[in-house]
Amino acid sequence: MNLFTQSDGSLPSFFVFVSFLGPLLGISLGFDAINSEQNKGTLSRILAQPVPRDYLLNAKFLAGIIVVSVMFFALSFLVIGAGLIILGTPPTAEEFLRIITYTIFSIIYVSVWLNLSIFFSVRFKQPATSALSGIAVWLFFTVFYPLIVNFITKGLEPSKFAPPRVIYLYEKIKFALVQIMPNELFSEVSSTILVPTVRSLGPLTTEQVHGAIPGPLSLSQSLMVVWPQITGLLALTLICFLFSYLLFMRREIRSR
Amino acid sequence: MENVIEIEGLTKKYGQYKAVNNLDLTIERGEVFGLLGPNGAGKSTTILMLLGLTEPDEGSARVCGIDPVQFPIRVKKKVGYLPEDVGFYDDLSGFDNLVFTARLNNIPQDIAEMRAHELLEKVGLEREKDKMAGKYSRGMRQRLGLADVLIKEPEVIILDEPTLGIDPAGVKAFLQLIVKLSREDGITVLFSSHHLYQVQQVCDRVGIFVEGKLLAKGNIGELSRQLFSSNSHVIEGGIEPLNGNSSKAVSLEDLNNRVKKIPGVAKVSFENRRFVLEAESDIAHLVSAVIAEAGYGLSYLSKKEYGLDDIYSRYFQ
Repeated sequence: MNLFTQSDGSLPSFFVFVSFLGPLLGISLGFDAINSEQNKGTLSRILAQPVPRDYLLNAKFLAGIIVVSVMFFALSFLVIGAGLIILGTPPTAEEFLRIITYTIFSIIYVSVWLNLSIFFSVRFKQPATSALSGIAVWLFFTVFYPLIVNFITKGLEPSKFAPPRVIYLYEKIKFALVQIMPNELFSEVSSTILVPTVRSLGPLTTEQVHGAIPGPLSLSQSLMVVWPQITGLLALTLICFLFSYLLFMRREIRSR
Repeated sequence: MENVIEIEGLTKKYGQYKAVNNLDLTIERGEVFGLLGPNGAGKSTTILMLLGLTEPDEGSARVCGIDPVQFPIRVKKKVGYLPEDVGFYDDLSGFDNLVFTARLNNIPQDIAEMRAHELLEKVGLEREKDKMAGKYSRGMRQRLGLADVLIKEPEVIILDEPTLGIDPAGVKAFLQLIVKLSREDGITVLFSSHHLYQVQQVCDRVGIFVEGKLLAKGNIGELSRQLFSSNSHVIEGGIEPLNGNSSKAVSLEDLNNRVKKIPGVAKVSFENRRFVLEAESDIAHLVSAVIAEAGYGLSYLSKKEYGLDDIYSRYFQ
């Protein structure tokens, strides 16, 4: 499992790779889903056939997801296989399960971006516009949003001598603010799933930590820890899908 | 005759602008109907509403007795639609594009392939069937579009500006193909165009569409009667005093008066030796008699019937 998370510094580790490439993959698979059909003039031809409109959106989404799934599973198995050959120690059943779970969650993560870019492709007529909007959102969340969060939290930072309740509250706010970033959600999910010793994601008070025995968690316990994050990712996916659905279903389909 | 398309009070607004304004229209089974109008008259919008691709603001449409707003899928099963400037998947061959459409219509693969072969032969593309659709010329794309429309064996085909961008010979062949297919299989055809002569050539009936309203409908004769209710007959001619006995010929003014006295003549104007006359009915024979009596000979006499051209220029300007 260390193969996925650790690196010697010359190359980023596998899961950093995925969290970087995932959004790009999702955006590139979805950004011209609808508007390129429109620009080619095939959209009105297809919708003149007895096919419900939502089938088109579903098909575009599913096609992207299948491609991503095949790719991620192949990558994960390749890494496992390479590890087997090089190290000679097979992964335990739990490790294997963790890797599979991680792969499934990274597919969900990509589907967030895929749906977002499908939404943009429904919204914007030009593929270039929708691609750039997708990338803009991604950049916003990876670069600018953390900056903004920093600004806000700097302003709110209590003094060192503030009572523990205030510090706890501050940490809570800081944690909550980063939770709407899909990339943050995903990195929390992946680190918890791939590193069994991660026990908690948010701030903890001393009472909560008191008496805890440091040690690896079982997979089900790790899942419990990241359950809110997973729900958040799924919700983001659904919201994007819902919006593109709403926009597309009532739209007038003109040729070109 | 059964009505295939019934439109009642159909209205579509874009903001304040009414693209289609209270349209009533019925089209019978097996008819070739031409929607004629300038760009932006609302022809395409009407067609989109018939297919349920956009929703009307008021009124209703029925296609084969089905409401396209509520049951677009059932309408689309019976109607083939060729959009304006149709597009194909450029990286598939023409044949594969057809089979793809057939599969979307739930036609099994083997039947779809068989039908695609037949149709490609019908539209004259059998030699190009394995060429990528991206390499097709404009005319070939339109013909492939027609095959694409026909592959689901529709009861009605709706063609939006099907002749746009094809050369004259191609247009003629294309229109003849449409008419032939419609006659053979009893398919109702509705097509829109702004080219008068093409419509004149092939349509049983024509509807003239301006600014969202249907000005007139009917065959060409009916149209001119509707639009030019009186004095729809125009006669042009040239006169020449008869040789030798020019003394017998009356003056032009006198002739003018004589011609005016013919019952039914509304307006006459002589200019040099030519005249133009408007009348309520076809009175060319009387005119020629009067002219001969007056000592003139006719150098030519032509009855001018109103073509769509005149209708067009009179109503669209």
